[in-house]
Amino acid sequence: MDLHYTDAQEAFRDEARSWLDAHVPAPRSLPSLDTAAGFEAHRAWEAALAADRWSVVSWPEEFGGRGVGILEWLVFEEEYWRAQAPLRVSQNGVFLLAPTMFEFGTDAQKQRFLPPMASAAEIWCQGWSEPDAGSDLAGIRSRAQRSDDEGGWVLSGQKTWASRGAFAEWCFGLFRTDPEAERHRGLTYFLIDMATPGVTVRPIPQIDGESGFAELFFEDVFVPDELVLGEVGKGWNVAMATAGTERGLSLRSPARYSRAAERLVDLYADCLDRDPDRARRSADSVAQAWMDAEAYRLNTLWTATRVLDGGSVGPEASANKIHWSQTDLSIHRAALDLLGPEAEFHGDGVDAPWLDGFLFALAGPIYAGTNEIQRNVVAERMLGLPRG
Amino acid sequence: MHFAFTETQLEFRDAVRQVLAKECTTDDVRAAYEAPAARTGRWDTLAQMGITGLAVPEAHGGLGLGLVDLVPIIEEAGRVVLPEPLAMTAGVAGPLLADVNTTAAGGNAHVVRWLEGVASGDLTAAVADARYPKLAVAGADGADLLLLVADGPDGPELHGLDATDAPVISVPSLDPTRRLGEPAWVPSPESLLASGAVAAWCIARTADRAAVATGAELLGLADAMITRTAEYAKDRQQFGKPIGSFQAVKHLVAGAQVLLEFARPAVYGAAWAIDEGTGDTARAASVAKAYASDAALEAARISLQVHGAIGYTWECDLHLFLKRSWALAEAWGSAADHRARLIDSLLAGR
Repeated sequence: MDLHYTDAQEAFRDEARSWLDAHVPAPRSLPSLDTAAGFEAHRAWEAALAADRWSVVSWPEEFGGRGVGILEWLVFEEEYWRAQAPLRVSQNGVFLLAPTMFEFGTDAQKQRFLPPMASAAEIWCQGWSEPDAGSDLAGIRSRAQRSDDEGGWVLSGQKTWASRGAFAEWCFGLFRTDPEAERHRGLTYFLIDMATPGVTVRPIPQIDGESGFAELFFEDVFVPDELVLGEVGKGWNVAMATAGTERGLSLRSPARYSRAAERLVDLYADCLDRDPDRARRSADSVAQAWMDAEAYRLNTLWTATRVLDGGSVGPEASANKIHWSQTDLSIHRAALDLLGPEAEFHGDGVDAPWLDGFLFALAGPIYAGTNEIQRNVVAERMLGLPRG
Repeated sequence: MHFAFTETQLEFRDAVRQVLAKECTTDDVRAAYEAPAARTGRWDTLAQMGITGLAVPEAHGGLGLGLVDLVPIIEEAGRVVLPEPLAMTAGVAGPLLADVNTTAAGGNAHVVRWLEGVASGDLTAAVADARYPKLAVAGADGADLLLLVADGPDGPELHGLDATDAPVISVPSLDPTRRLGEPAWVPSPESLLASGAVAAWCIARTADRAAVATGAELLGLADAMITRTAEYAKDRQQFGKPIGSFQAVKHLVAGAQVLLEFARPAVYGAAWAIDEGTGDTARAASVAKAYASDAALEAARISLQVHGAIGYTWECDLHLFLKRSWALAEAWGSAADHRARLIDSLLAGR
């Protein structure tokens, strides 16, 4: 057992830190990525990252990465969050679609899509949920009908809660290609150009008033065969396969929470000066939040080692998702309690990042599979309890 | 970076698991409830496997290994509610005596004999928590060796006595195998092991080791409780189906499992930090013990709830696990104690 990073990994850290220190924009200087201006500002930041090959360090060099391993990726993330660099506008593509494309994509698809994903020239949204298919994802009804004449598929239906959907250029989505098949079969995974005729986007203002996600309407949208990812009818397996591998690990890096927990301790120390009674009442929850972040860091290193030794993440990915979403909330809830009556201030003060962060954290137990669904997975697949 | 146990460590653990599955059934634990005894054939088996001396230096008959090697084995002890004081003797007393023995200013004529006794399994030990020098000590009733703490002119002092030199008054515990005892003793120059800075160093290291060793035992207990409860929920039928098919039950069990999943690396990482002598062992030990205590308490809570009335009976084995969990959750610092210790450390480190 060894929890030290190697000298080479530390050298990689130094290189990343130097670059980030020289290039990261001032904290919170970019407009929200859920506005049109902010979307473009974040795209420009990611283009700068990509220009020096820092946007997708774990990808092979031919697609814009550095070909480093998962531990180096974790080191890079530690430095990224330490530098208070912007949120990643391309994260749906980079963290959700790319691992799937590496596993199931054709060479042509990888060549076509991965480089512009790395540079944020093309930003992706996810078209999975539908108005009547949220937690019950296999109940999706949007359809793709075969068009042999044109060599492709004609999509119709409605998707919703597509993060970044208001501004994204591309969408990866699940559509029903065989209405006769059992629910989990008969689905196919499509890559869809949002500029295709028949695609209508209706942005949905989120709890903070900004258009973080959108409804997508598909009316006879033609998608050629070369934009099917994986086999026709195997969309469910394609979508779920990477959940148990690296993606189960890389959706949320621990550095994000370690950094927030450090800031929480700073806030606690300030509060001890200003309002010691209030601070002491929150001491236990501040310590708990810090521990939650630290436990997540250690669990990630534990899981990363297992993956590097040839194992998989498996249903533990569900335990992971429950933990990080709760950690994010516990950190921000503790911060708001320390701020007390100032917690509701929503200007540009020191409190604003905590309130924004809290609103963001609220979504965590809901997206990427609600925590209730994840608990079912833990109970059924880790402990063998019977399906209901 | 390679955060995993070695094949050898896991094989050792598996061997211990096999032995304990045979030699420490719940009937055996019930027998220990009726007639608590420090030394048993089971203890001798563990000693012959080298486990009691695992963390004792080779020069004194041990294997010279560390807490990382011991933690998976202590987990197995927790899994079967082992009545004997393995975590305290092998995980805490042995390394503490070794610490004392390496300091020129510490020790007495008996330290080497005791180290050898721990390694051979001839001695069981009880170690006092320095924060509660006047309280009953777990395992003291029946232990061969007592490692105790007294107030001295230069702060806390560390003392060691053969049990034959200190009559112990038995104190009842909810878990009788804890064998709480109040030693009737007077600190003397003969019993003194360390004072001043050396004692403070030994006591601090002991507190961290004991927190992590106890945390490991709690991991085993939590795992055993969750496993038993999942099995029960698969068998027990209500409304015409297994209760484990209901989400209300699934979510209770899953919540405990998630806590356990995250407690494990916290305990393993702290054991590594202690063996490695990194600068943040106290923080790591606090995260480990707080997480392990909370995980075991939650596992205990949901286990009783899912078992329902049968879990509340003497007949059902569950209470053996519950009582040990409740005791160990508080021993060597509760979760809240460790969170308080952590926040002080975080502030001091800014």
